[in-house]
Amino acid sequence: MHPIRKQRLYVVLSILLGTAVAAFLVFKGLSENINLFYSPSDLKKEKISVDNQIRVGGMVKKDSINKENNSLRTSFVITDFEEDLLITYEGILPDLFSEEAGIVAKGKINEEGTFIANEVLAKHDENYMPPEVAKTLKDKK
Amino acid sequence: MINLIKKWLISLGSPPLFFKWASKILPWFFPISILILLTGLIWGIGFAPTDYKQGDVYRIIFIHVPSAILGQSIYLMMAIFGFICLIWRAKLAGMFLRSAAPIGASFTLIALVSGAVWGKPTWGTWWVWDARLTSTLILFFLYAGIISLYSSIDNKQKGDRAASLISVVGVIIIPIIKKSVDWWQTLHQPSTFTITSAPSMTPDMYLPLLICVIGFYSILFSILLNTLRAEILIRERNTSWVRQFLNNQIKE
Repeated sequence: MHPIRKQRLYVVLSILLGTAVAAFLVFKGLSENINLFYSPSDLKKEKISVDNQIRVGGMVKKDSINKENNSLRTSFVITDFEEDLLITYEGILPDLFSEEAGIVAKGKINEEGTFIANEVLAKHDENYMPPEVAKTLKDKK
Repeated sequence: MINLIKKWLISLGSPPLFFKWASKILPWFFPISILILLTGLIWGIGFAPTDYKQGDVYRIIFIHVPSAILGQSIYLMMAIFGFICLIWRAKLAGMFLRSAAPIGASFTLIALVSGAVWGKPTWGTWWVWDARLTSTLILFFLYAGIISLYSSIDNKQKGDRAASLISVVGVIIIPIIKKSVDWWQTLHQPSTFTITSAPSMTPDMYLPLLICVIGFYSILFSILLNTLRAEILIRERNTSWVRQFLNNQIKE
């Protein structure tokens, strides 16, 4: 290889390496802030103060959804299979909201440890299948 | 054998030879790529089964996923050609960057917009600042930066070198986008397709998706060849072969 090209090669490679290391350090330092939401067990560890607007996420527990009559108020429990968290929400829920489905809620935690959500988003998983396949899978369970 | 391949690659690096080669391939390759794309889209949007949970909305996947894949692979290609441009100063590598950047930006934008349209009915929001969405937006800004660099630098060679440097350095974003759903908690779901395990989708859904991806890639290849041809003509307009070519075109 031509010496000048060799020199350019080293310069470019060292710039690339430097950026990679810098990016790694930045993302390592920020990793907790990059997470979109806290899981219920994170919440227990972190001790978030009452007035902070945060996001929590987890799976809606089976048979935990409670809809009040004549209002849009709903309460449900989310879990990360270690800790549970009770959430109350007043508003329209997304179509994919259901038992045993993932959700992300934005809001504040109150003194009793209940999470008062002002936004509930549904998380969907990476599995896709026709309804018939889903039914067969369910029957097998 | 290796020498022969080497010779062929070097000949492709020469603008007039590449121009001739591209002009030969395009007339039959372009219709084929349209055909593949239409097959995939019609199969996916018209005939693939509905999803058990999302219903028909999931059909956005047939546009969203291929354009997101393309947005990232174009950047990867630009980084490779940027590298070649920085070290070997190959003319054609610079021309590639110039013509690929707007195409990459377009596909990334399609991925962002189709993702937002998909997010509204399923997640309940157009946009969240989670790691996957934000890193993809950064990719779009990188493309925009490269495009505006080109329009602000008059000297083509200098523009090529500046754009190459951004492409090479910015390539860090590609693994971050790819792994963002595994490294951090995001609203975006993890990948359906991984190298290590079977796709979490039934074949009557992933086959049309696969054809869509192949269709998008071949359309990309056609567009790239065509824009590269235009870029070659513009940059080599003072050479004798371009004059001769244009004279022949006029005579015909």
